[in-house]
Amino acid sequence: MSAPIGAPLSARSNSGGSPNTPGYLGFVHRQRRGAELFLVVLALAVGIGAYAAVGLGVQGEIPADILGYGGWLVALILAAHIVVRLTAPYADPVLLPVVAALNGLGLAVIHRLDLAYEAAGRPEHEFAQRQLIWMTLGVVLFIGTLVIIRDHRVLQRYTYSFFLLAIALLLLPMIPGLGTTINGARIWIQFAGFSFQPGEVAKVVLVIAFAGYLVVHRDALALAGRRVLFVDLPRGRDLGPIMVMWLLSLGILVFQRDLGSSLLFFGLFLVMLYVATERPGWLVVGGTLFALGAYAAYRAFGHVENRVNTWLDPMGYYDVQGGSFQIVESMFGMAWGGLIGRGFGNGSPERIPYAESDFIIGAIGEELGLTAVMAVILCYGLIVERGLRAALVCRDAFGKLVATGLSVTLALQVFVVIGGVTGLIPLTGLTTPFVSYGGSSLVANWVIIALLLRISDQARRPVPDLSNDTDTLLPDNESTQVVKL
Amino acid sequence: MNKPIRRMATFCLVLFTLLMLNATYLQYVQAESLNSDPKNRRVAIAAFSRDRGAILVGRNPVAESVPVDDQFKFQRTYPAPFKFGHITGYFSYFSQTGIEQTQNAILSGEDSRFFVTRLVDLIQNSAPQGGRVQLTVNQAAQDAAFEGLRALGEGVEGAVVALEPSTGRVLAMVSSPSYDPNRLASHDIAAVTAAYNELDQDPAKPLLNRGIQTTLPPGSTFKLVTAAAAIESGKYDADSMVPGGSDFDLPESTVTIPNHDGGNCGGDEISMTQALAVSCNYTFLSLANELGTEAMREQAEKFGFNERYLEDLPAQAVSRYPATLNAPQTAMSGIGQSDVTASPLQMAMVVSGIANGGELNRPYLVEEVQSPNFRTLDKTEPDVLGQAVSSSTARELTDMMVATVQSGTATAAQIPGVAVAGKTGTAQSSADRPPYAWFVSFAPADDPVVAVAVLVESSSFPREEIAGGRLGAPIAKSVMEAVIGP
Repeated sequence: MSAPIGAPLSARSNSGGSPNTPGYLGFVHRQRRGAELFLVVLALAVGIGAYAAVGLGVQGEIPADILGYGGWLVALILAAHIVVRLTAPYADPVLLPVVAALNGLGLAVIHRLDLAYEAAGRPEHEFAQRQLIWMTLGVVLFIGTLVIIRDHRVLQRYTYSFFLLAIALLLLPMIPGLGTTINGARIWIQFAGFSFQPGEVAKVVLVIAFAGYLVVHRDALALAGRRVLFVDLPRGRDLGPIMVMWLLSLGILVFQRDLGSSLLFFGLFLVMLYVATERPGWLVVGGTLFALGAYAAYRAFGHVENRVNTWLDPMGYYDVQGGSFQIVESMFGMAWGGLIGRGFGNGSPERIPYAESDFIIGAIGEELGLTAVMAVILCYGLIVERGLRAALVCRDAFGKLVATGLSVTLALQVFVVIGGVTGLIPLTGLTTPFVSYGGSSLVANWVIIALLLRISDQARRPVPDLSNDTDTLLPDNESTQVVKL
Repeated sequence: MNKPIRRMATFCLVLFTLLMLNATYLQYVQAESLNSDPKNRRVAIAAFSRDRGAILVGRNPVAESVPVDDQFKFQRTYPAPFKFGHITGYFSYFSQTGIEQTQNAILSGEDSRFFVTRLVDLIQNSAPQGGRVQLTVNQAAQDAAFEGLRALGEGVEGAVVALEPSTGRVLAMVSSPSYDPNRLASHDIAAVTAAYNELDQDPAKPLLNRGIQTTLPPGSTFKLVTAAAAIESGKYDADSMVPGGSDFDLPESTVTIPNHDGGNCGGDEISMTQALAVSCNYTFLSLANELGTEAMREQAEKFGFNERYLEDLPAQAVSRYPATLNAPQTAMSGIGQSDVTASPLQMAMVVSGIANGGELNRPYLVEEVQSPNFRTLDKTEPDVLGQAVSSSTARELTDMMVATVQSGTATAAQIPGVAVAGKTGTAQSSADRPPYAWFVSFAPADDPVVAVAVLVESSSFPREEIAGGRLGAPIAKSVMEAVIGP
């Protein structure tokens, strides 16, 4: 640690201490709620405009329900904006609009796919409707999070409860009768007609649990240990938690057959460990462990080996049952879309299996082109960057860790899924945040944004003036003066 | 903790940069190879569902796309399927042939000349339309050629190719038996596969465009090339006396070659004109023997042998004058036998070259290409391939061919009031098959507007009746009449 906890680092460069400015270090963030509203309007234009474009492109007319749909979207996002205004006035003004734009675009693309599925005579073609319901639930939880959690530090109290909750959530799909296997991965639970991925919620809960744990133990993890070849290695006894996480990740890989979640959980744990301790040694140790585990899994399990083989030679496994049909179709679609895309209604995104969820980037690439793919990736970049900025500015270590963890989770998830779909890395099953169809993911991601907004609100809020400046004496200073005399 | 956070920010930046670079690679750099991947049904289906431009003969479409209410949106139809099937080719779910293949970029609208049109389509969000292809084919000549072959009876195998000598425009191209491209353009994919297999396995090979894809010994029609080589050598002209015996002893061999009728062509010494008129084997065997392989091949190549020059249709078979021939083979080549082979197009090229004063034009089928809104984008200009013979040689050959029609073997091609130049041919490929009948001609002899080659490969006619004059000449005549007009 180079700076004491709680020191507002953003103010360092501005520490002129001019007496005219409020705040003891002379820099104060503005609320920027007006800017947020302006960006929200733009984001809504993206979402509603895309919905209208789908109607024009596919059916040749603006959808009849554009007013109802648009009105609902406006109501949801404006409600979120107003709640931010009321409960987190200093929160980052970019996060909510970017998320609104992504969610709106995702809804439009899913609606487009619904129309294609319907035209192809498939029974399931009401994804957009359900996604809108999930989005509504997501926004409700977003509002709930902001209203109930007025200070993120209260979450630190429940570190171990959260940890247990996360483990329970991760184990849920393993319970016979409750968990179901979809496409080879046992990461779903089926309950009262709804399917849900508890792992998506576990992701958020785990970040909070890790942050709470690391805030307490980071000194031990950071300071004790040996130095081997310029790398500070941790003590054996401190390896306990990391071993638990490693086993948990491998367990997900082995028993739930979900490469993506496994990578995500372990990656996020490593990153938080590194940020908490500032010791790259953890990355080396953890990275090595994960590489070993992944290699063992590659040798031992057919599905992992299959994923790697189809990644190395997608064209060669096109006709193989369970081969690379999906990814190759997605690649064909994206290539077919080219720079500016085919336009809504002029592509065949329905050729890609699960285009509405894991492979939605393929559908966007085909009909909206590289331009839209770039825009979507940049939007994610913005979210991650704003999240990390909140972490930088945040005054408490717990908040820093939570913000970093949530941001990096999002970044890793985007990298793993888009990288997998575009053939950069082996394919793993994960949803594209905010864009893919998938209730659990959407709801969890809205909560992530609520937490990031809460932390950035805390971080950017002017510090209550506690300095003993002679010009601004507190009322009780006068009474102490008597004692001084 | 801020240093590692900043490092994580950099790390995330790297991740996102990798994603963007990879997306660019996939959608821009690799896109072309992915789009042309044979596994890529998306591109094929999109091409199949496009509002493809029409192929026109005169003002009438011979291939056009009409809107239908199914997943492919447009059905390709061929209004005169059998007559134009080999020219248009077919546009099926699996592949294309003919003009549909060579002009695909225009017909589908993907050609770069449509850039502005496509941009407008993009902005208006309207489905892209393909361009139109206007063919050089003369409807009346095509009708005459088609009816002429059909008149020879059921199951006739043959082809007619007619060219405009001064430009190289293909005026007619018919191959028999023909097929119905509508069956292969159907949206019923299973039926298409069945139809294709049936046509592909048919022993009569209806999918074959015999006009350009069948090469056979040209027989006596090749005597024009031999005569051309003789006159070009400077030692002969139309009136030169040439040997006209009855049985030619092949050099380095004990084989003798008789004339058609077993006679002696009217004397041991006859004029070159008479030799051609009666199609004297003895004369042209001895001329080829005297001129040698080299001179013979050079002359054949000047007429287009050993070369592929047709760009508007795929899979043109190259007509051959072999690189190495021994003495008896060289002599035999003089009467279009041994290993010399020619397609009907090639023989049409030979007479077209003679008709055009020795200048040989590249044959072409595409008159012009038009944008969807009828604007001419490109008009094909005649392309001179070379000078096959000098203009004086061409004149002498023309006179000899006119004499052949007036008083020789080709009288069946006479048109009242028009000087016709022609040459018959009958060739043998193997003893157990009936011979092939050839006929080549052009008219009017003083100002040629049409050159025709007719090949009748097999028909129901008895062996002794298969002489080029009897089968081929009436067809050639009706095609020439159709072009010249009343």
